[in-house]
Amino acid sequence: MFFSVAAVGLILVSLYTDWLAPVRAQLGAVATPFYWITDLPARIGDWGEETFTSRDELREENEALKSELLILQRKLQQMAALAAENVRLRRLLGSSDMLQDNVLVAELVGVSPNPLSHSVVINKGRDDGVYEGQPVLDAFGLMGQVVEANPSSSRVLLITDASHALPVQVNRNGVRAVAEGTGQINRLRLRHVSNTTDIREGDLLVSSGLGDRFPVGYPVAKVQQVVRDPGQSFSTVVAQPMARLDRSRHLLLVFGQGMRPEELEQARQQEAQEPDLQEREALEPEDD
Amino acid sequence: MIDITGGHNRWMILIALLFAMVLAVYPLPLDWRWWRPEFVLLVVIYWVFTLPDYTSLTLVWVLGLIQDLVEGTPLGQHALGMVIVAYICLQSYRRVSNYALWQQACWVFLLVGISQLTNNWVHSMAGGQVSGLQFLFPALTSALLWPVIHIGFGWLRHHYRIS
Repeated sequence: MFFSVAAVGLILVSLYTDWLAPVRAQLGAVATPFYWITDLPARIGDWGEETFTSRDELREENEALKSELLILQRKLQQMAALAAENVRLRRLLGSSDMLQDNVLVAELVGVSPNPLSHSVVINKGRDDGVYEGQPVLDAFGLMGQVVEANPSSSRVLLITDASHALPVQVNRNGVRAVAEGTGQINRLRLRHVSNTTDIREGDLLVSSGLGDRFPVGYPVAKVQQVVRDPGQSFSTVVAQPMARLDRSRHLLLVFGQGMRPEELEQARQQEAQEPDLQEREALEPEDD
Repeated sequence: MIDITGGHNRWMILIALLFAMVLAVYPLPLDWRWWRPEFVLLVVIYWVFTLPDYTSLTLVWVLGLIQDLVEGTPLGQHALGMVIVAYICLQSYRRVSNYALWQQACWVFLLVGISQLTNNWVHSMAGGQVSGLQFLFPALTSALLWPVIHIGFGWLRHHYRIS
């Protein structure tokens, strides 16, 4: 009896207060070895694939990568010019430049065992500078945010979790909305979109940067279906996440937005002192 | 759960628990995750039935907390379900140990169902998504797995004289 009362008390405390957050941060490390073990088969598979590939396969892959690199480099040339132009235009407008975000590559080591909660475990933690609330991307778009940072692993809540919502805007015209998770891995729903809002199927939704959690301009989802029912006060808008939430194995943790105020100030000052340098940096491709 | 300091070869229970914990977080496709049996709870149920005199509810409770930490659920969620189930096991082991295997499996269905119910309750209180009766699927697979657990651990117990 005593134990169930104690457990209920503990549940209530951990649900409605954050008194237990430091305890969790300390003890969360016990989870890491279990996820590490479950990840072993995949790791061995990767290792085997890398070690036992034939020369022909390697050569083919090399060629494919080279051609992909060429295409990306061509795009990058354009990007550099556009970035420089963007910097100049922003300076004309008198607004501050967008800071380039730093990223850290992390690998997925585990997924939540609960089918009702969409979260994954990654192999980078507090020791690598990961903090709670940090945005996580994959190569295709925004994936979610860190909800629990342990010393050497952390837990990431995906944007499709039923308890997750993030501010987005339509890339075409800048209409703002809130995209909430539905609990289905390939669906997001836009909340409170009025029937007269200009939003169409196929529109790209990007993060709007409101709410100070996610950086501006990362692709979030593509609008899949818009149902305007005059009998309802809001239209139903369903979108499909751009990130491959259930397939991506390599994720990017974004720093920069979460810069501490003094660092941000420092960066601004540096930028003001060395405009040429800043411009040159903007032209250069980011290397991590 | 079981006091492993005394007895003979009781540390093997700890190994079984660690193994069950790994199975509990082993990555599965989303649709299959509904059907994952509650491995840790099954191990607890078996050993509480087998060695009721050495069962400590404190250790069961701590084990539940560890599972919460590992699975990232609110602290206390698994502890609650596990303590309730272990308590029922302690009250009922005399009768249940005389049951046939399939009757025991039905009992296990009820026990795991109770723990799933509390899990679902906490999950919905935390603002999580609630489904229909799907949360009972693990209870069903756990009950189907019970004969395997019973025979497997029974063999292990006799072979290594765990007592």
